[in-house]
Amino acid sequence: MQTPAPVDYAKATSVADALAKLQEHGEEARVIAGGHSLLPMMKLRLARPDALIDLNDIPELTGIRIEGTEIVVGAMTRHREILESAILAEHYPIFREAERLIADPIVRNRGTIGGSMCQADPSADLSAVGSALKGSAVVVGPGGTRTVPLREFHQGPYETVVGPGEILTEVRYPIRPGAGSAYEKVERRAGDWGVATSGVYVVVSGGVVTDCGIGLAAVGAEHYCSPEGEAALVGKEPTEENLAAAAAATAESCSPNADQRGPADYKKHLANELTLRALRRAARASQGA
Amino acid sequence: MTAVEDAPLSAAGNPIGFGRMHRKEDVRFLRGQGNYVDDVNLPGMLHSAILRSPYAHARIVSIDTSAALALPGVHAVITGETLAGLGLAWMPTLSYDTQAVLATDKVRFQGQEVAFVVADNRYIARDALELIDVEYDPLPAVVDAKKALDPDAPIIRDDKEGKTDNVVYEKWEAGDEAATDAAFAAADVVVTEDILYPRVHPAPMETCGSVAHMDPVTGKLKLWTTTQAPHAHRTVYALVAGLPEQNIQVISPDIGGGFGNKVPIYPGYVCSIVGSIVTGRPVKWMEDRSENLMSTGFARDYHMNVSIASTKEGKILAVKVDVLADHGAFNGVAQPTKYPAGFFHIFTGSYDYPAAYCAVKAVYTNKAPGGVAYACSFRITEAVYAIERIVDCLAAELAMDPAELRLKNLLRPEQFPYTTPTGWEYDSGDYEKTMRVAMGIAGYDDLRKEQAEKRAKGEYMGIGISFFTEGVGAGPRKHMDILGLGMADGCDLRVHPTGKAQVRLSVQSQGQGHETTFAQIVAHELGIPPEDIEVIHGDTDNTPFGLGTYGSRSTPVSGAAAALVARKVRDKARLIAAAALECAPDDLEWELGRWYVKGDPERGRTIQEIAMDAHSALELPEGVEGHLDAQVVYNPPNLTYPYGCYICVVDVDPGTGQVKVRRFIAVDDCGPRINPMIVEGQVHGGLADGVGMALMEVIAFDEDGNNLGGSFMDYLLPTSMECPDWELGETVTPSPHHPIGAKGVGESATVGSPAAVVNAVIDAISPFGVRHADMPLTPANVWRAIQGRNVRTDLAVE
Repeated sequence: MQTPAPVDYAKATSVADALAKLQEHGEEARVIAGGHSLLPMMKLRLARPDALIDLNDIPELTGIRIEGTEIVVGAMTRHREILESAILAEHYPIFREAERLIADPIVRNRGTIGGSMCQADPSADLSAVGSALKGSAVVVGPGGTRTVPLREFHQGPYETVVGPGEILTEVRYPIRPGAGSAYEKVERRAGDWGVATSGVYVVVSGGVVTDCGIGLAAVGAEHYCSPEGEAALVGKEPTEENLAAAAAATAESCSPNADQRGPADYKKHLANELTLRALRRAARASQGA
Repeated sequence: MTAVEDAPLSAAGNPIGFGRMHRKEDVRFLRGQGNYVDDVNLPGMLHSAILRSPYAHARIVSIDTSAALALPGVHAVITGETLAGLGLAWMPTLSYDTQAVLATDKVRFQGQEVAFVVADNRYIARDALELIDVEYDPLPAVVDAKKALDPDAPIIRDDKEGKTDNVVYEKWEAGDEAATDAAFAAADVVVTEDILYPRVHPAPMETCGSVAHMDPVTGKLKLWTTTQAPHAHRTVYALVAGLPEQNIQVISPDIGGGFGNKVPIYPGYVCSIVGSIVTGRPVKWMEDRSENLMSTGFARDYHMNVSIASTKEGKILAVKVDVLADHGAFNGVAQPTKYPAGFFHIFTGSYDYPAAYCAVKAVYTNKAPGGVAYACSFRITEAVYAIERIVDCLAAELAMDPAELRLKNLLRPEQFPYTTPTGWEYDSGDYEKTMRVAMGIAGYDDLRKEQAEKRAKGEYMGIGISFFTEGVGAGPRKHMDILGLGMADGCDLRVHPTGKAQVRLSVQSQGQGHETTFAQIVAHELGIPPEDIEVIHGDTDNTPFGLGTYGSRSTPVSGAAAALVARKVRDKARLIAAAALECAPDDLEWELGRWYVKGDPERGRTIQEIAMDAHSALELPEGVEGHLDAQVVYNPPNLTYPYGCYICVVDVDPGTGQVKVRRFIAVDDCGPRINPMIVEGQVHGGLADGVGMALMEVIAFDEDGNNLGGSFMDYLLPTSMECPDWELGETVTPSPHHPIGAKGVGESATVGSPAAVVNAVIDAISPFGVRHADMPLTPANVWRAIQGRNVRTDLAVE
């Protein structure tokens, strides 16, 4: 049995209460959501916060809804709810495709979108999806509420703009009528972190790609996205040749590291291959195929 | 041989003999009522934790334990120095080497035991570890076995006087080198391949641990411990610590998987004993998952250069293997003394050819000790993988179908008993029949047609075959011992007055279903329903001596003992029945559960009636003692040789390197199946092992000797998502020398399946010119193989 170091614990009942408790417990306090990354790290003593502020009993942080032209997902929404959401399935099948490949049902029952975004693991699928969709994050702190584009949310591996004393409360995604979306991932085994992943949306209008987003995880894509790949495709016809050029540009923009999941050139190859596969499917979906 | 269908059912609906029945032990397991080592809680018990080395190779400059000792709730901090004072800093391994219990001079692998803390609870013990200040002087590490013999390689075992290299043993040979070389020289075709069986880990669900209670008054040591061999452990503790053996009781309670991982004696067990002696209280030690993966017995790590010679028509003439074995920092393998490379020299496989030769050299490296584990049947896993891989390479070279090549070379039924070129005597087999059954289930010809159609469309499907022969049930005493203890097993059977029985065994179940299987064996011989027979095992004070459960030996050895002890009771029951029926024993005839008078079947006594007679006032004939019990020691005359044919079908995505195992057909011949459900369960587990090893499992090390497989995030085990619905079949060829013909099956699927999966993947990507790639065939490794890149899967990915 792996045993964490001593830690204080407090259960928050509202966002305001959570912010107050964070203040009270000081800089080394951390909020805990699903706990599927934090608790194992604590047991391995790779993380040793002084206190845990538990967000699991705050109803205002959960749920998926449409507000105007955006889909709003509460930070404490579980993976399983995202997987099963009719709203997300209607507008962005990419969510269901990504969620089906995230960890396993036990983790998905408990793990949250906010926890995943804030953990900022370079392999995090929902970070790639969020960057692909060019969403935004709502962060609440003692100084008030701010909205940050997801492509600015992550500052590097395991690092976000959420400061000490702040909490991510919502993730928002713009609705794009007519968009097709898809997610591709290679993993060594079901439930493992991806060797490489790519998620995209494509809007084809009048036979031309008018808009697209390309998000990637585990391949050293800055902010989990590839504006270079997107630029190579927007304004062009969604032909195999153009999609392939965009996928190649995407791979070129990535700087993966070698690890036991694979060497860097393989991951770069996957960034290309998976982006191409995702673009093909998304473009077809946008054209109603 | 009694057919399964013939066994009559008891009132409870169980077969009185062989057949399917639910496992008796599952009632408690499924209710969460098992009693594992970590469930043992004694009054006043303390807990512990081990400080482990972060370095693979470093000199210990100093250890300061004062801050840890000052932590409230800490009772003792034990170091190598403490143990040296007791003469216990080093312990013998099961291979006549020595292993540090707690490091004194140097640490020799990452994760090696350095200090042991005893505290009120696990949390305090773990907190105390962080307060121990160890100053290390890091040394260069030997990670790559192939570099262990470089002249400038650091010497790992400088604790051994005069040791100037990293050789464990220089050369162990089997077979006839000259005859083999001659066959190669005369052959039309020779194929050679470097084949690595990388380091993997058995990763049992329950990690290793112990609860030691040295009674300060009586001097009796009770040790609850995760061991597959409680009796052997007791004797080793007696020999090592000088404790009187009658004062040592080793209890192996419910064990959550072993796979050879729980055969060695680990430093933690010894530390818990010392901790109990030092504190005068019971001490529990239970390692966590990373400790299990990083420090306990791994498996394989065999670098094999394999050559095969044949005629151009595909008749195999000879096979030669040169092995470099990586044993880690201490030679801690457990195997019969005579065979330092285990049973690897069974590598000649299931084929008929006259010449074979192997030479094995073993080296020390700065990695955890081990090598013989993970259901390997003493390295038959490596042997089967070598021959089945090279046969496929030969098929590719000859452009011959690998099934056809095998059929052409399989041993024929009339050749049994068959003596192999390396000296094994296979007991029985009808190999072609088994292979035809497997090919029939698979629809082999249709699969090849489908493959051709798919290839034309640019889709890559592969079909892989493995035909394996195992030698299990060690062993004949005169050939096989561990630390001088002969590998024979005792068995006691006691029938109570009411006809209910207890059978006591030396082997210990780690999940194999012994409490059911052995009850069924006794039921088969005596006609007592299996639910009326309690199987007692795992407690050295209450069971007869024997060498334990590993190498698939429980049914071949202790299963034979159980059958023979029941027959002994049956013979005694005849004498008692004769007295009760007032006739001569020769006038009696046996039917299941009853002796009756020949020609007068109405007159008889059931085994239950006889049991009461045996304990009653009935006057017994001269020389017949009362009661109905017996004991035996079974010394097997030979190993048993289960075999099987496995066929795997995969689909490979060449764009990503991903492999999908679509189908897996496994036809096993393990002789008669005592409980077919249990056999099938064992096969299922072993097949999952094979998929795991072939596709994802490996413990690699970086150049500093850091273990890259030290958690379940890094060391991947297969899930249901990677496993297809297993398609099983059977043939039944009894062992002629085993009392019930059973051959053992516990390790067959683990031994036989990796080659089938790898052969299928290589078959799928053979259009890219690939003839071999090492396990694990992860997407990255498959992709690189397609590109023609050779990779060392046992080192860090670059």
